[in-house]
Amino acid sequence: MFTFARKFRDHNPIFRKGMMIARISIKFLTIFTLVFTPFTVFAGEGEKSSDKGGEINTPTSIKEYIKHHLADSHDFSLYSYTNDEGEREHIGFPLPVIVWTSKGLKTFMSSSFHHNDDGHIVVEKGGVKLAKIHSKIYELDEDATEVSFDEDHHATNAHKVLDFSITKSVFGMLFAGFLMLLGFGSLARGYKKGAIPTGVGRVLEPLVLYVRDEIARPNIGEKHYRKFMGFLLTVFFFIWILNLLGLTPLGFNVTGQIAVTVCLALFTFIIVQFSGNKDYWKHIFWMPGVPVVMKIILAPIEVLGMFTKPFSLLIRLFANMTAGHFVVMSLIALMITLKNQFGAVGSTGLSLVLALFISVIEILVAFLQAFIFTMLSSLFIGMAVEEHDHDHAHDAEGHGAEDNAII
Amino acid sequence: MEQLLNDFSPGLFFMQALILVILLFLMIKFAWKPIMNSLTEREEGIQNALDQAENARKEMQNLQADNERLLKEARAERDAMMKEAREIKDKIVADAKEEASSEAGKMIENAKATIKQEQQAAISELKKKVSELSISIAEKVVKKDLASNSDQLKLVEGMLEDVTLN
Repeated sequence: MFTFARKFRDHNPIFRKGMMIARISIKFLTIFTLVFTPFTVFAGEGEKSSDKGGEINTPTSIKEYIKHHLADSHDFSLYSYTNDEGEREHIGFPLPVIVWTSKGLKTFMSSSFHHNDDGHIVVEKGGVKLAKIHSKIYELDEDATEVSFDEDHHATNAHKVLDFSITKSVFGMLFAGFLMLLGFGSLARGYKKGAIPTGVGRVLEPLVLYVRDEIARPNIGEKHYRKFMGFLLTVFFFIWILNLLGLTPLGFNVTGQIAVTVCLALFTFIIVQFSGNKDYWKHIFWMPGVPVVMKIILAPIEVLGMFTKPFSLLIRLFANMTAGHFVVMSLIALMITLKNQFGAVGSTGLSLVLALFISVIEILVAFLQAFIFTMLSSLFIGMAVEEHDHDHAHDAEGHGAEDNAII
Repeated sequence: MEQLLNDFSPGLFFMQALILVILLFLMIKFAWKPIMNSLTEREEGIQNALDQAENARKEMQNLQADNERLLKEARAERDAMMKEAREIKDKIVADAKEEASSEAGKMIENAKATIKQEQQAAISELKKKVSELSISIAEKVVKKDLASNSDQLKLVEGMLEDVTLN
């Protein structure tokens, strides 16, 4: 049938165009099906795995819920509800768990844990007993059958394992990466047809130009900026898309994971150190133009500065995004916590207005944090590659500082 | 801080690093490189086009200036030529006049000289005639043997009558 279709397509120019549209829709459908097949399967499983109660309607449970949301999770849950039998149903789809245990690499779907997050369900996989406690996978000791806790709710007979799971955050990153490849790939291909981009490229091109002309060029300098464009653009759009995804009801909190921001900042750190020229290192270890005593005092400060710069990057992004999520979720929760004082309508209205207001600000923050991360990264790179002209050192540096101040 | 460290998941860190490295590679290869190159190319193209337009404008200006200069030169040359021609004409006329007058003068001079010559010739002829006459009269007088004064006088008178002085 396909050969026939192809023959027909090749011989009929009108049909060929129609087929192209059809092919795109087929592609889209395939992706759609692939993504949502496990979803339906999992929803079916939900009935079996439901636990009683668990409605989030008290300040303590709300606090727990927010904390749970801010942490990474091993399955992708969209929403939960209590069915007619009083059982808790979770709608979403499971994600693969990949862990490195004492007996090697183990993989299974997160549905094995049946949404349990306090270590009560123990999964046995190839001779290792695994339990999930607060979004972390623990491996139980050989002889233990269930997790026992001390009074601080720390597991006493289990230890954490290296968890390479496709968690919700990893899924979010893959999704963001996929979007980027799709969008910018099409923009790149668009240039083959003509110098002016069409379609979605029209929106993306100004953003690329913005990063290049407003972030990279002024901070790194005309001579060196091209080398770092790949990193800066990738990081900018990666953070921005993930920040924006975090605002959707899908509930990603990728840039609010400290591991993610540490990784991003570490990349900046490595790039800065590896692109640093002679002058950069000289300014760190033997500051020119100051007395010897000052040189000795300044060296450790500058060395510390090497590390504080990326550290500020990672903390800023992490704190901003976590705080944003926390505030939005708290304001939504006002609906429940203020129900007694304002009544159902009053508290819902208040929560809606406040949450909407903060969400609008968060949209700005989503961009701002991506911008600041990229901006500061390029600033640090700019400092590392800057060429000092020592013959007129003071004049040149004075002007340089002025330029930066204006920007 | 302890909370932060507890939240830090080495596995997620590893996955993020892996994803970022792969994404960087893919994006640079399939997106950023072609995009940046196309943008640079396009900007250079625009810059070149602008430069060319500017050059063309300048050339045009130069050409116009050249044209004007040429026109001015041509006009000046024409004026100069006309002036020269006029001068030549005047000179020719003046020369012609001068030549004509000098020729006329010469002719008059010649005529005068000829007249004088003729006069001289006539006078000398006359003198010759007179002398011849005188001689012939003297001959005749001598030949007749003039006897008396009265005869001599008659003779002279007769002679003189013969000579017609015209």
